[in-house]
Order: sequence, then structure tokens, then C-alpha cells
Amino acid sequence: MSGTEWLVLLGGIAAIAWVNWYFFLSGRATATAAARGGADGVQEVTVVVQGGYEPREVRVRPGGPVRIVFDRRETSGCTEDVVFPDFGIRRFLPPERKTVVEITPPAPGSYEFTCGMGMFRGKVIVE
Amino acid sequence: MSRSDLKTPAAAAAGRVSTAADAAGAARAARETVTFPVTGMSCAACQARVQRELERTPGVEEAAVNLLLNSATVSFEPSRTSPERLVEAVRATGYGAELPSGAADLAAEEAERDRQAEAEYRSLRMKSLVSLALGIAAMVLAPPPAVALVATTFVMLWAGRHFYVRAWQAFRHHAADMNTLIAVGTGAAYLYSVPATLAPRFFESRGVPADVYYEAVILIIALILLGNALEARARRRTSAALRALTRLQPDTARVSKDGAEILVPIGAVRPGDTVVVRPGERIPVDGEVSEGASAVDESMLTGESLPVEKGPGSRVYGGTINATGAFQYRATTLGAASALARIVKLLREAQASRAPLQRLADRISAVFVPTVISIAIATFVIWYLVADVAPAVRAFTSAVSVLIIACPCAMGLAIPTAIMVATGRGAELGLLIKGGAALERIRAVNTVVLDKTGTVTEGKPAVTDVVALGGRSEPELLALAAPVEALSEHPLGAAIVTAARARSPELAPAEGFRALPGHGARGTVRGVEVVVGNRAMMTDAGLDPSPLDGVAAGLAAAGKTPMYVAAGGALAGVIAVADTIRPTSREAVAELRGMGLDVVLLTGDNRRTADAVAHEAGIERVLAEVLPEGKVAELERLQAEGRVVAMVGDGINDAPALAQADVGIAMGTGADIAAEAGDVVILHGDLRAVGRAIHLSRRTVATMRQNLFWAFIYNVIGIPVAAGALYPGWGIRLSPVIASAAMALSSVSVVSNSLRLRRAAIG
Repeated sequence: MSGTEWLVLLGGIAAIAWVNWYFFLSGRATATAAARGGADGVQEVTVVVQGGYEPREVRVRPGGPVRIVFDRRETSGCTEDVVFPDFGIRRFLPPERKTVVEITPPAPGSYEFTCGMGMFRGKVIVE
Repeated sequence: MSRSDLKTPAAAAAGRVSTAADAAGAARAARETVTFPVTGMSCAACQARVQRELERTPGVEEAAVNLLLNSATVSFEPSRTSPERLVEAVRATGYGAELPSGAADLAAEEAERDRQAEAEYRSLRMKSLVSLALGIAAMVLAPPPAVALVATTFVMLWAGRHFYVRAWQAFRHHAADMNTLIAVGTGAAYLYSVPATLAPRFFESRGVPADVYYEAVILIIALILLGNALEARARRRTSAALRALTRLQPDTARVSKDGAEILVPIGAVRPGDTVVVRPGERIPVDGEVSEGASAVDESMLTGESLPVEKGPGSRVYGGTINATGAFQYRATTLGAASALARIVKLLREAQASRAPLQRLADRISAVFVPTVISIAIATFVIWYLVADVAPAVRAFTSAVSVLIIACPCAMGLAIPTAIMVATGRGAELGLLIKGGAALERIRAVNTVVLDKTGTVTEGKPAVTDVVALGGRSEPELLALAAPVEALSEHPLGAAIVTAARARSPELAPAEGFRALPGHGARGTVRGVEVVVGNRAMMTDAGLDPSPLDGVAAGLAAAGKTPMYVAAGGALAGVIAVADTIRPTSREAVAELRGMGLDVVLLTGDNRRTADAVAHEAGIERVLAEVLPEGKVAELERLQAEGRVVAMVGDGINDAPALAQADVGIAMGTGADIAAEAGDVVILHGDLRAVGRAIHLSRRTVATMRQNLFWAFIYNVIGIPVAAGALYPGWGIRLSPVIASAAMALSSVSVVSNSLRLRRAAIG
């Protein structure tokens, strides 16, 4: 093999390793946020909807309702609905607006939310 | 204060979320939470006042009023108060409040959604057609690279911009989706072409051809946009049934107040208001007919195609259409509690749910994109190392083809679109299927257990036979017995009164009425002493009932209740009363058995009555004299035999049995067409819907599997072909442009396949 071929081979292996590291292993911690108590004592957190959910994981305390403000900053049809399958909630998120979804998790655990077609995902984690 | 910041229709729809745990005992711990908009609050003092008022309302456990959101969230005991009363309490303080989420809000939401979707569709179509024209021109005219570079840059920035923006946003979140693949694929082709255009020598001097891929980039973007446009359009159609329901409720109601009829907005109608409906009008809210009679077309709500007769006392539902008569009715349930709003809510929840089959798709899509990128890199490396001629070109086009042909969308759309279309189709057939899991489970049912009363039968006794003695006609006998029974409160008596009124509406008055509980009643009608009751009642009255014993025994053997009638001191005849079977039950049972299912009748009634009903309905296996608490045990026994059991019963008395069954099917009837219990609700009391539910489930699961299979096999075949797996043996290679056309088609075909469920022959 020539020098270039070696270069391509090693470069390719390194690229594959990096892709898998970047998407699967790194970055888990950066995407969570804890809810804060709102004016009326209800825990509240804002999730930005733009090519996905930011943060993807919301940590809340157990007990009482949780208010999630979805701030949708795009018009792409993909994220027009947010679905909480455990609560039977499907909510339309008008583009460039904030929409409030309130859930009351019955017990500690992890409650998923997704876009209408289940392609983007986030989680509410009750600790 | 303006409500626009929050008052998207959705915010008002915050809806009821039950705080009670789903687990057993939910009924005891029942506590509901409701959120509704409050208007007119401008300061913290207003907020405090509304909050105090709500907290003082009996039955309220906790109230939280939010000034910023203009809303109140109240948890309350449903047995002691209701959302209506809470709204009234807020209004009493001088602030405005509305019940959450009537169908009207949903209609506004759907209209907004339609506008968005239409705008998106138009923009996608425009961009794809312009790009397509440019791409074809670039291919045919073969302009100098510098011109193509300008055109490509334009297409990428104008038409394809969102691919790159979204890919970048996803990347920042350590996520990757379809946009990532398109952005990397076209971006790589573009980045390779630009230096090849500006400095071709640099490439040629190193033995690499200075190829450019401009028209490929333009065409890929054009074709994918075209696919997205078609998909956006098709996806709208998956929720057509839900949209049709949200548009049913009219905006206004004609309310009669102090003798005058005034047109008021639907939100201003209060329980107890008298609403006037003219022929051909849509009924605005739920209620009970007080005056007049008509036939009402309820097909949009229940799927029942025949108009339903309505008279005083009948329930009518908002959203249905009055046919020819005019009537007045008293408004009862409004807003979120109305039948229409509850059907819409249940359907939305069902459409938000997930099917177990989804898990497979989930597992694949979670790792899909990074895996495809890895395969593309490997493809590049392998071709670079093995190709004899122009290895860089071969490697590069193959890698780009892999990125472009891979389609995670088809996989993501496979199950949800099928659930959307199937639950919508179910609603059109009068079947509310509560979620993907139920939809998937119904098809496995092999035993259908039917409750007798109200399921196989009408659920209310009716006169079935009249045997008159002594030269009287049957109507004459009924006319004698009915005035006495009109004063008794016995349900069997009511059947005689109904039968008599059907023949002549006016009943003679009865005097000297006396009831003997458990036996019968007596009184004087037009001067004649009349006795109605069982055999013992006749003996007590000093009469010999034996001439009619044979007739009575025959009727009793057929599961009917015979009532002896005596007039003027002589035996006058027998009237038999029974709970008659619904006209469609026999056909429904035959259909279920024809599908290879075992049908079982389950009832607390005595064996004779049960056998008679079973015989008439064509059911062979009967479980009679089962106490209500024994029904669950009977179902467990059937399940222990390895059967997958569907239980069909009314949503109230049979709720535990419905929960025990693998599939609980509630007959929504009369007062409560949108029953909460069960996995499936039959909205129109027609047992044939059970067979339809099974057919629909079988078709839907088949569609889900087809979708998953095609989405999966498409990628499994498409990616290796794009990578050049067929080249060594057959010389087949895919250009990136062909790959983009295939990718655009794959998700459109999945959505189209789901849409076929709208037209599928069901039962």
C-alpha cells in the first residue's frame, strides 16, 4: 500500500471512531437541566424546540405537577407536535411560540416525550 | 391582559390529568386536576382573590392561580364539585373563566395547524420545483464549472438551507437525523467540487481528476424536497378523521330566554339553558329533549347510519344534525365534559400513544444515523483501496450515495402513521380504540365474552307477548293494565305503559291504586277493578289462574316474565315482558363465529333467561347466574385455558371485568356514549362493531408490519447497493442522484401504505 492509502485507511478508522464516540458516548451530561420552582410553587422548565429538544433531559423533584414550557423556534413540520405517551398528551406547538404542557408524574421514574412521529426524544426524570 | 402569549388553543387544552395513580384503588383516591384560563386578572391582588375563592369552594383540595399564564389549576374531588362549578366560582368574583378545551378550541388549533402545513407544503414544492429545473438545466446544458458553482450555492442556501441549519443544531446536541445525512452527503460533494473548480491543477498534478458534482447536489436537494412536500401533504391526511370531529361543533346556539330566542356564542351556554333546534340545524351542545320530537343524524359521532328518533327525555349530543322536526332541549354537559369533546380527547390520546411494535423501530432509529455515517466512511476507504481506476472518484460517489440513500424517516413513520389512520378510521366506524397497544392486541383475540343485559339485549324490558281472554283485543288488555302500572314504579310496569302508549297515547286514569311489592298492583280503570301481577297475586284476589298456567309456563321457558291480568273479577289475559335482544346481535354473533372466534354469554341472570337469549342470539356457550364479582373469576378461568379474551359489556357495571379481559370493549350507550372504561368503546351500541374492531386491528397490524418491513428492507438493500456491493459481480452502481430519488420515495410510500387503511374493507 502506498502512503496515501495508509493515510486514507487510518484516517477512515479514526473518523469512524470519532463519529461513534461523538454521537453515542459524549455529550450526555450537557443535555439535562433541572426544573425550578415557578411563582406558584409548580416546578417549571423551558425546553427549546429546534431540530430536537434542548435540554433533552429534564430533572424534577417528585410530587406535584411539572410545567414544561416548549419554546418552538422553527417552522419545520417535524416538531409540530409534542407527545407524552405516558400521559396521553399530544400537544400542537405553534411555531415561534411558547406552549405550556403540564404533567403530574405519579411516581419517580423516567417519562419520555417525543415529536409527533417519535423521531425526536426527550425525557422527564423524576428523582 | 392579552391572552396571546399563552393562549394558543393548546394552552387552554391543558385539560384534565388525573392525579390518581393508575393502579388499583384509583376509584377511591379519585382526585382530578383541571386547568382553565382565567381572564381579567391584572395584579397579584386579583390573583389572590381568585385563588381564595377557589380554595373556599367545597370539594377543592388545592388551587393555584397563575397570573402570568392567566390560568387556574385546581385539584378537586369530582364527587363533590365539577369543573363547571369551579368556573362559576371564578366568574362570581368578577373575573372571566372558561371551561377548558371544548371542541371549538380544537377546531381553532386544527385550523392553525392546517395553515402551517399548507404554508410548509407550498414552500417545499416551490423550492423543489425551482431546484429541479436548475438541476436538469445543469445536467443538459453542462455549463462551465464556475456557473454551476453559483447555481449550486444558490440552491443550497435558498432551498436546502434548513437541512444544514437543522443538521448543525442536532449536531450541537450530539444528535443526528435525516438532515445530518443530507447535509454531510451534499456538503461533502460541494466541498470536493469547489476546490476542483477553483484550482483544478492542484488535483490533476496529484493524479486525482478534478471532477465536480454540482448537478448531483442540486438534484439531490430537489428530489428530497419533493419527497418532503409529498410526505407533508400525505401526513396531513393521516389525521383527517380527528380534524373532521373537531369541526362538528357549531359556534353559536339558539337559546330561549323569557320567551325570546337569542343567538349566543357556544361558550355562553349554561347548564339548564333551553336550547332551540330547527330542522336541518346542527345541535350545538349536549342535552335532554324537553319539548318536541325529531330524528337526529348521529353518524358523525357514533358511526350509526340510521337517524335516531328523539322525544322528550331523549339525550341529544352537540355536533349531531337534526333532521326534520323542531325541538327544545335543556343543555346539560358542556365544554370538555361534552360527548364530542370527550371523543376528541380520547381519540387524540389514542393517537398520541405508542404501539409495542414501535419498540423495534425505536431501537433501530436510535443508532441509525451514526451507523450509516460509519458505513459511508468505510465505503470510502474500501473503494479507495481496491478500485483500479480512479479510486478517489469511485470511493467518493459511493460514500455520498450511502449517505443519501439511507432513510431513517421511513422507519420513524412506519408505526405512528398507521396508528393515526387506524384510530381515525375506527372513530368513523363508531369505534374508539384507546391507543396503539389496544389496537395491536385486539387481533389476537380468540374468545369473545358478551355480557347479556345492555350488550346482547337492549337493556330495558319491553312487552313481547300479549294473550287476551274473553273476547278482548290485545290493545284493550294493554289499555286496562297500563293505567295501573303507570302508577307503580316497577320497571316491568314501565314496559307495559310504553307498549300501551305506542298503541294509543292517552291512558285512562286509575283510581284506588294499591301496590303489593313483589306481587303486583291493583286499581280501578273506567269503573272496572283491574289486578296485574304474578300468579300469587291472582290467587290472593280469589281468582283461579290455572287456565293461563300453560301459556305462562311457555313464556317463562322462553326467558320472559309473564304477568297475569284480571278485570272485573275474571281472568283477562297474560302480558309477557322481556329484555329483547338488539336487532343486530344475532348477525354480530354469526359474524364473530364465522371469523373463528368462540362466543360466550356471561350474565348474572337465571339460566332459563340466559339460555333463551343465547339461543336467540345464536350463542352456544352460556355462563349464567354469575354474580358481578364472579365475572372477573370466570374471565380468569377462560384466560387460564390459554384463551385471549375480549369482554364486551357496559362501561359502568362491568368495569372490573373489562379491566381483567385482554381487551375490554365498552358499549357506550344512552347517557354515556363516550365511556371511560375499556380499551375500546363502541359508540353506537351495535354489537357488529366487535367484529369490525378485530378486522381493523388485523389490517392495522398487517400495515405496521409491511411498513416496518419495507422501511427496514429498503435500507438493508439500499445501503449495500449504494456502497457498491453489487459492482464486483454485476457492475451495478447507484449514482447519488438515483439514491436521492429512492430515499424520497421510501417515506412517501410508507405514509401512503398507512393511508390505505382509510379505505380498507372492514367487516
